[in-house]
Amino acid sequence: MVTDRFTKDHEWVRLDGGIATVGITDHAQQQLGDVVFVELPEVGRKVVATEAVAVVESVKAASDVFSPIAGEVMEINSDVVGRPALVNEDAEGKAWFFKLKVVDSVTLDTLMDRAAYEAFVKEGS
Amino acid sequence: MGPDEMSVAPASTALRRTPLYAQHVARGAKMVPFAGYEMPVHYPPGILKEHLHTRGQAGLFDVSHMGQAMLIGPKHATTAAALEAMLPADICNLKPGQQRYSQLLNESGGIIDDLMVTRPNCENDDGRLLLIVNAARKEVDYAHIAAHLPAGVHLLPAAERALLALQGPAAARILGGLCPQAPRLGFMQAAGVRVGPVECHVSRSGYTGEDGFEISVAAEHAEALWRLLLKDEAVQPVGLGARDTLRLEAGLCLYGHDIDETTSPVEAALAWSLQKRRRSEGGFPGANRIRAELAGGPRRKRVGIRPNGRAPARDGTQILAPLGDELGVITSGGFGPSVGAPIAMGYVAADCAEVGAPVNLMVRGKALTATVAPLPFVPHRYARIR
Repeated sequence: MVTDRFTKDHEWVRLDGGIATVGITDHAQQQLGDVVFVELPEVGRKVVATEAVAVVESVKAASDVFSPIAGEVMEINSDVVGRPALVNEDAEGKAWFFKLKVVDSVTLDTLMDRAAYEAFVKEGS
Repeated sequence: MGPDEMSVAPASTALRRTPLYAQHVARGAKMVPFAGYEMPVHYPPGILKEHLHTRGQAGLFDVSHMGQAMLIGPKHATTAAALEAMLPADICNLKPGQQRYSQLLNESGGIIDDLMVTRPNCENDDGRLLLIVNAARKEVDYAHIAAHLPAGVHLLPAAERALLALQGPAAARILGGLCPQAPRLGFMQAAGVRVGPVECHVSRSGYTGEDGFEISVAAEHAEALWRLLLKDEAVQPVGLGARDTLRLEAGLCLYGHDIDETTSPVEAALAWSLQKRRRSEGGFPGANRIRAELAGGPRRKRVGIRPNGRAPARDGTQILAPLGDELGVITSGGFGPSVGAPIAMGYVAADCAEVGAPVNLMVRGKALTATVAPLPFVPHRYARIR
């Protein structure tokens, strides 16, 4: 079963079996504007929940991307590194950042589902 | 995602609005606090497209937050001499209708602000000079100038005026259609003219490295002028975000970042704006330091820097020599949309300022290789007439 969850820092995480795919939300890319640089963690790196693991930079500024969940990086998306504008085109699809082998999914319960995230975004604007 | 970018600044009641505020909101601009004003950082197309549109055709900027003031004396020689006591440019020999870039200096030769000085092109010598200063510095500047003026010369801030900038290769054609005199101005020349039906003061200058104009207009006519200029399909409104990337590619200084009260015009690579007579005569604040730097070279120098990789290096990034010695700091940095790569400016020790010198930039705890590069990053395309 596939589960989508969202953080207050505007990351999305899609849990499919024991694998979590992470990216930034469409709302986040809209707020950032034109993305010109993405830095991703190394494959094999073990990360804890809320750890800063990636960087996304727009023309305006640099932002850290935090891992929503604990795990080991098993794959990174070299397409977004090669063409950062992909984040503006398809933030919640083709422009995923990295995949984790989940070691602890307990923090997932503290994250928002899509409806709750959309309400959270609306509230903040 | 980090909190810096995503947090929404609290609405402040103290923020001021330019006469074009409603126009920005109507066009869907993202408004942000800047130098005490609510200003458009970008419109729906975004910084990248607005930047490229300005270089390709023409961008229209609202820069009404900047300070416009008149310096008024009995005759030009008197007013010019009063201003020359505060800055290192030759103002006495400004011809009517001529504009000059300069810097207000403190006693140690540091820069209080950078500004444009224009002698109006009136037939009679009316002793007036027009000053345009930075928004964030206007109170400081006005107090400083007023405190240093001799009797008989006074400063009159023109808070009731708006300022628009039309910049880009199509600017002369567009403004020429509404004002035949405008394309006949050379770079850094100015004139009182009508743009369509609107009474304006136009100078051929700007902050993008492109050909273009800055148009000063009474606040009550700003909206009419804004709409008139946007009627041409080649014109798009451009926000402060692209204004910053355009000026960075053009190698132009941003006050508070690339220049401040500690940097001298020589360190800032602005010695070109110190005319020969002033260099030899002195008579401006900090003349001892500045003339010594002109003769023997400054201790540090503002240079262009190109990161070798794709990661931008932002303001505040430490610059190190390849062997690890501290060289200085990045003062402006980001992504250059026309360059298609990260670009930056910063100060380095003078003996490491040569174009081509390798340096390291400390970005997020890692040393990234970079190279000292010539400025500007994108060639200036100013209109040199006559």
